[in-house]
Amino acid sequence: MSYLYAAYIITWAIHIAYLSSLARRYARLRREIQELKRH
Amino acid sequence: MKRAFPIFAVLTAALLAYGLYQALWVAPTDRLQGDVYRIIYYHVPSAWTMFSFFALNFVSSIVYLIRRNPRADAVAVASAEVGVVFNTVVLVTGPLWARPVWGIWWTWDIRLTSTLVLWLIYVSYLLLRRFSSGGQMPVLAAALAVFGALDMPLVYFSIWFFRTQHPQPVIGGGGSIDPRMLQVWLLNWIAFQCFGLLVFAARYRLEVLSQEVEEMQALESLLEVRGSR
Repeated sequence: MSYLYAAYIITWAIHIAYLSSLARRYARLRREIQELKRH
Repeated sequence: MKRAFPIFAVLTAALLAYGLYQALWVAPTDRLQGDVYRIIYYHVPSAWTMFSFFALNFVSSIVYLIRRNPRADAVAVASAEVGVVFNTVVLVTGPLWARPVWGIWWTWDIRLTSTLVLWLIYVSYLLLRRFSSGGQMPVLAAALAVFGALDMPLVYFSIWFFRTQHPQPVIGGGGSIDPRMLQVWLLNWIAFQCFGLLVFAARYRLEVLSQEVEEMQALESLLEVRGSR
């Protein structure tokens, strides 16, 4: 059972890690857009 | 489109939760493998989703090579990234199933090795895009993607044409599966495909935005150069 739970938990850990990397990249891009607008 | 996204996201979340419930508690237990076989409800749908996004990367790379359309390039990079995420899931869940069933984490048979090679090809593709610059970079990346896609048929058909450690195909391969298991399998595949589409849409939007920012930055530096003359 531990292999089963490990597989499911790791799957979601991978997806959540990727989603948070997307969120970080969005935030960085938004900052760049704000800076460009200021110029 | 903006209004449809949250509705689709909620439906996908519900589908994923229902798929998880069905996979863990409703699908019958396998007589030989016990409960550990339930890993296939995440492993196989992730593999199918991976194939669909790498196929999309292949098509959009060809479109980019023919038309040089930046939107096709954005589709290519977004689909490659989502494909790599699902490929990673496949490579992690596979050994977690193999250890209790085969007694080993990994073996260098053709299905496993070609799947690892596929992952390496698309990681190389993403690294090329990340660490190189210049106008020719998307063209080089698209060419790499087209050649890289040649590994996909090898991964898919390896269990049809070669004697491998990996289980033979159940669907369309002459094998049989309990209809209740097949239902849960398909449900999870639809759920992961929808989830992949959502993530892909977000990644595509990010790529289009960053293309626009790059254009604005190039325009701004051009204006600065002209202003200083």
